[in-house]
Amino acid sequence: MDLAVSSAKTIKTSKKKGFFYQLRHQWPLFLMLLPGVVILIINNYIPMFGVIIAFKRYRFHGTFWKSLVKSEWVGFKNFEFFMKTPYAWQMTRNTLLYNFTFIILGLIIPVACAIALTEIRNKRLSKIYQSVAFLPYFLSWIVVSYLAYSMLSIENGFINKSILAPLGIAPVEWYSEPKYWPFILVFFQLWKYTGYNIVVYIAAITGIDPEYYEAAAIDGASKWQQIKHITIPSLQTLMIILTLLAVGRIFNADFGLFYNVPRNSGTLQPATQVIDTYVYNALRNTNDIGMSSAAGTYQAVVGCLTVLTANLIVRKIDKESALF
Amino acid sequence: MSKFMKKYRVNEIKTSTNLLINLFFIIVSVTCIAPVLLVIAISVTSEQSIRQYGYQFIPSEFSTEAYDYLLRAGDAIWRAYGVSIFVTIVGTILSLAVITLYAYPLSRSSFKYRYQFSFFAFFTMIFGGGLVPWYIVYTQLVPIKNSIWIMIVPYLMNTWYMMIMRTFYKTTVPESIIESARIDGAGEFRTYFTIVLPLCKAGLATVGLFCTLGYWNDFWLPMVFVNNAKNFNIQYLMYQTLIAVQNLLNNSNQISNMTEILANLPSESLRMAIAVISIGPIVLAYPFFQKYFVKGLTIGAVKG
Repeated sequence: MDLAVSSAKTIKTSKKKGFFYQLRHQWPLFLMLLPGVVILIINNYIPMFGVIIAFKRYRFHGTFWKSLVKSEWVGFKNFEFFMKTPYAWQMTRNTLLYNFTFIILGLIIPVACAIALTEIRNKRLSKIYQSVAFLPYFLSWIVVSYLAYSMLSIENGFINKSILAPLGIAPVEWYSEPKYWPFILVFFQLWKYTGYNIVVYIAAITGIDPEYYEAAAIDGASKWQQIKHITIPSLQTLMIILTLLAVGRIFNADFGLFYNVPRNSGTLQPATQVIDTYVYNALRNTNDIGMSSAAGTYQAVVGCLTVLTANLIVRKIDKESALF
Repeated sequence: MSKFMKKYRVNEIKTSTNLLINLFFIIVSVTCIAPVLLVIAISVTSEQSIRQYGYQFIPSEFSTEAYDYLLRAGDAIWRAYGVSIFVTIVGTILSLAVITLYAYPLSRSSFKYRYQFSFFAFFTMIFGGGLVPWYIVYTQLVPIKNSIWIMIVPYLMNTWYMMIMRTFYKTTVPESIIESARIDGAGEFRTYFTIVLPLCKAGLATVGLFCTLGYWNDFWLPMVFVNNAKNFNIQYLMYQTLIAVQNLLNNSNQISNMTEILANLPSESLRMAIAVISIGPIVLAYPFFQKYFVKGLTIGAVKG
């Protein structure tokens, strides 16, 4: 006990000393941080300064830094061009609407399923359902695009060949009809992530003290009343945090879903183009650094503002749950 | 126990509700598993029968020609498989090292700058420079584009996993143990490797599996950075295969200079066979994944 007190004291006094004192005395800890710091600088911090590329006509001048400085400054020209294209509005609308749908359905469906699964009498069956529903989370979007293709392929797809044909319905050109894609994309998003979210909520439900339910049952509360007055209020914090995290990322779309599942089909773009796929296509397929960096910077700035706003709201509701 | 069970019986749902819920989840389970089964079924169907009946859950004519081809002439596929295995193993080991080492000082209350370094990592989750500057950094400043390392380096540090690991250290390693080790004359590194890490095996397993899954399933890095077919990983090769067949089936597409590649295209069933072998390791590791993912998720939910 004495030892702990005295050591706490030495920690306190040594903490007042400056950076170089700390560096000398705790150098192993600083050394442990070093690899991570280097990676973060290369992978994240230098690209942050690179946002000025969006305000330049970027040309390569031998080295990275030289190019960054020497490229001609064009101000907001890239943004003006980008905002004038019809895509700017289209991709923003798509990104927001899809994410909004995902947030609502990604809240209601997993919570309902998690509650239902914990109520099933046969616990072993409940575990099996969970395991099966969790499986899609582990498959890559490329594999998911294969699964989608096996269902939707125009010549051989299961839906056209084995469901529509026997019914005498003409085959549907799934990969060139934008009107079906909002449903298809929402389906696959739910298909991939619902199991994961169910597991998260079930983990939270199992953390609820069973005595609450026993007491409620003794008092004659029905299942519905128990769910409404015990389960949902206990999950509330988790639901709010997960939702606000998703709201904070509402300008970021899941590239794998929107690029791979529709197989980057041009005719589907009115329904499938989101900011992330536009940025990628502009950089890698049309080689338009100006447009790509303008769209990317626009996304980064608006995205940052929504994260900060979302966090501010969380702080207001529940300070403990705030991220920062 | 039996007393508890009895009590629980009283508070159970009605038999009809129970049946209804079971029925619902049987449908959900079938929806989750059916597309995977379809892909497996296609991979063992003969080309002839695919052409005639399309993709079927029960093949009209069973055939292993796709797998025969894989064993006989699937060089490019096995190469990509090897790239994926290398990237996953080396990437997981390195990123586990970077992440766990970074998280440790941040978990120590005697480390003065822990908040500053936490924020240094955390800020990258709030703001990023976007795709273009990131792309240019890896093509012009650290030119590892096209090499195998480009599929490893960008994912070495992950703030989210780092925070999980930090919580793990905080909750499983009491500061007093570290303090007594220090008094016994052990240096920071010795304390870390002989005392702290053995206590945190479950944390290492959780973060390691997160990393493994991330590296194995990654198609984004090769899609952005790799043009050199030698370094395609299995995911990106699958992406290419799906696109190539797409071009073959509707010749109207602009990419016509790929005719040579299209000439020796793998067949319908072969494509699905590649998908099957790419899922293989995940299905084998699935029990571990499930166990540790749930653990990781529960820890991640407790904010440290």
